[in-house]
Amino acid sequence: MLKSLYIDPEKCTGCLQCEMACSLENTGIFNPSQSRIKVFSFEDAGRKVPYTCTQCDEAWCMQACPVDAIKLDKHTGAKVVEEETCVGCKVCTISCPFGTINYVAETGKVQKCDLCGGDPACAAACPTEAITFVDANWTGLERMRTWAARANEASL
Amino acid sequence: MGWTRKILRVNLTEGTCKAEDLNMTWAKDYLGSRGLATKYLVEEMDPKVDPLSPENKLIMATGPLTGTMASTGGRYTVVTKGPLTGAIACSNSGGYFGAEMKFAGWDMIIFEGRSEKPVYLMLENDRAELKDASHLWGTSTWHTEEQIKKDNQDPQIRVSSIGKAGENQVLFSCVVNDLHRAAGRSGVGAVMGSKNLKAVALRGTKGVSGIEDFTEFAKVTKEKKAILAENAVTGQGLPTYGTQVLMNVINEMGALPTRNHKSVQFEDANAISAEAMAKPRESDGKAQLVTNAACFGCTIACGRISKIDKEHFTVVNKPQYWGAAGGLEYEAAWALGAANGVNDLDALQYANLICNEQGMDPISFGATIGAVMEMYENGTLDEAAIGVKAPFGSAAALCELVDMTANGVGFGVEIGLGSKRLCEKYGQPELSMSVKGQEFPAYDARGIQGMGLTYATSNRGACHLRSYTVASEVLGIPVKTDPLTTDGKPELVMAFQDATAAFDSSGLCIFTSFAWSLADIQPQIDAACEGEWSLEKLSQVGERIWNMEKMFNLEAGLTKDDDRLPKRLTTEPAEMGPAKGLVSGVPEMLPKYYEIRGWDTEGHPKAETKARLGL
Repeated sequence: MLKSLYIDPEKCTGCLQCEMACSLENTGIFNPSQSRIKVFSFEDAGRKVPYTCTQCDEAWCMQACPVDAIKLDKHTGAKVVEEETCVGCKVCTISCPFGTINYVAETGKVQKCDLCGGDPACAAACPTEAITFVDANWTGLERMRTWAARANEASL
Repeated sequence: MGWTRKILRVNLTEGTCKAEDLNMTWAKDYLGSRGLATKYLVEEMDPKVDPLSPENKLIMATGPLTGTMASTGGRYTVVTKGPLTGAIACSNSGGYFGAEMKFAGWDMIIFEGRSEKPVYLMLENDRAELKDASHLWGTSTWHTEEQIKKDNQDPQIRVSSIGKAGENQVLFSCVVNDLHRAAGRSGVGAVMGSKNLKAVALRGTKGVSGIEDFTEFAKVTKEKKAILAENAVTGQGLPTYGTQVLMNVINEMGALPTRNHKSVQFEDANAISAEAMAKPRESDGKAQLVTNAACFGCTIACGRISKIDKEHFTVVNKPQYWGAAGGLEYEAAWALGAANGVNDLDALQYANLICNEQGMDPISFGATIGAVMEMYENGTLDEAAIGVKAPFGSAAALCELVDMTANGVGFGVEIGLGSKRLCEKYGQPELSMSVKGQEFPAYDARGIQGMGLTYATSNRGACHLRSYTVASEVLGIPVKTDPLTTDGKPELVMAFQDATAAFDSSGLCIFTSFAWSLADIQPQIDAACEGEWSLEKLSQVGERIWNMEKMFNLEAGLTKDDDRLPKRLTTEPAEMGPAKGLVSGVPEMLPKYYEIRGWDTEGHPKAETKARLGL
């Protein structure tokens, strides 16, 4: 069964544990500037919103790559950058409509979320379950449950 | 490791920025942040300097756990000599600024001298530059942060700055970072203002690599986070209600200082409580509270984010205040509310917003308004002198005076001196509810006896965060003690003071201590830092820091006379509530406290105490 990151901004407090976990997993140190998930702060609304790659099926990044450095991991559904193949041309960063693949000047390669091979560190580190890793076919399940509860109340 | 081992020395007079190696001998004796920065100050500066002169230094310092995955590992401390107190000033703040300093590769920044013109420090990894801040001078902390990000075309910069209050050297002005977080007390903002230093802007992309054992560190910090999550205070009370969870609790205990400490219970406490913040308003059907928020790395998330009522008289024509913003926290709600008898929740939030926007400590500001209102009621001050009618309970006066103080207008200039100087000026020094010139926070020393001794002996003037015995006397953490007796309190205060000094020096938040003891931070420090960090060693580091701060104060000229409470608390008994008939027992507790500290009867650490602590 494929799983997908599911983000519920309502629950995010802005602690950045996800960014720390992501950078630790991928770079071996605590460095949010190299995190593949970013938490955005919307001050006027008082909201924090984590955002990362949705591993979209169209995968514009993968299609745009001139050297086939981005591969589909069939087990996780993640589109994964092969660092040794990437030439740092940045075409993928232009083609991605969501901005979730980015160039890293320090390595001369691009980086994006690869779902940590099927056990995303961000979801494990999130203290409020704002980031969870759920059945990819049922990302609407929690919202359905909420509405089911309302329907249930209405019928009582 | 744990430390980056690098400090930046900024000489504002010369306009130079120099990198230095961190003194690792000191790091191993004083840990980091509060302790280590104070060690640098003590070693480098004459404690007798005028706090607002170029000779004073100001240090922003992180701890070894700042910028790590340890829960709450985002704190930094501003250490300097405080203009409000003439004592050591040491103000701790959360937000994201502290972690960014570590990511840029620095343990601390030492500011010296005075710039001729307004400047700000732009520190991007190894590149440090003093930039012109003339276009920022005269503007708020909120505008300054936004403008610096625009000027540098980088929204990921983190900023710490002063507002107009710091520029005007309001003696209780603070340093505000990340819009709603502050190194709040003792007037550290005025020191920045005196140096013509408007802001410090950081951008760090190096990260924290110097963890001694990453595997062990990840494991132990995860275990400790689970303790916070399962604890009733850190896992439920604080995220749900914030520190405001205390308003009704402390009021019922008869320990909520009301109307400049004339009373110990506020009849309208419920109207300014956490419960009131969560309740839909009549006007727009919305609650003031929008959500809770965390500082960097924090898995507690006690912060409050609120929206003021757009129809409220304070903001009806000021849409710039309609968005979500920080507050109310318990201390601000108390100081702006109960301390003045004001029960208008949105008025308190307005005053709180102005304190954040222009950089003032809402505790000292609110408590000073309490003294103004008492002097208005007793006829010492009148409408002509103040500029407004200012009886207890007047939300209009509170909001007018917060604008005047933040902007340095009229009587606001005098309020900016703090209650001690203000009350002395008008011949009523006994009406200043302060110790060492710093105003009390939100716990009455008659209803919670340990807090009286906490205030009297706090090295930075009256403060709840040097030894929060409320944890024991009210919440039963780690053991329940009777708030109404003085028995055992000197020992309790000393234990809390030393442990807190170690917590503060690690880079973690003291709020973790509701669930953690030193034994819980010890393995986190030990996994992060080189060398052996035993519990005994950490305890001694805490005690060493406390004594070092005390010795700084003694050399600065403070005496036993500065370890006293105002006579209202020691001669006027509480008139109601569980503490009815009680005064503060500080006079009887103080000699015992000096004795167990290993100090002489004048409060000077004895030679053997200094020798034992390596001072």
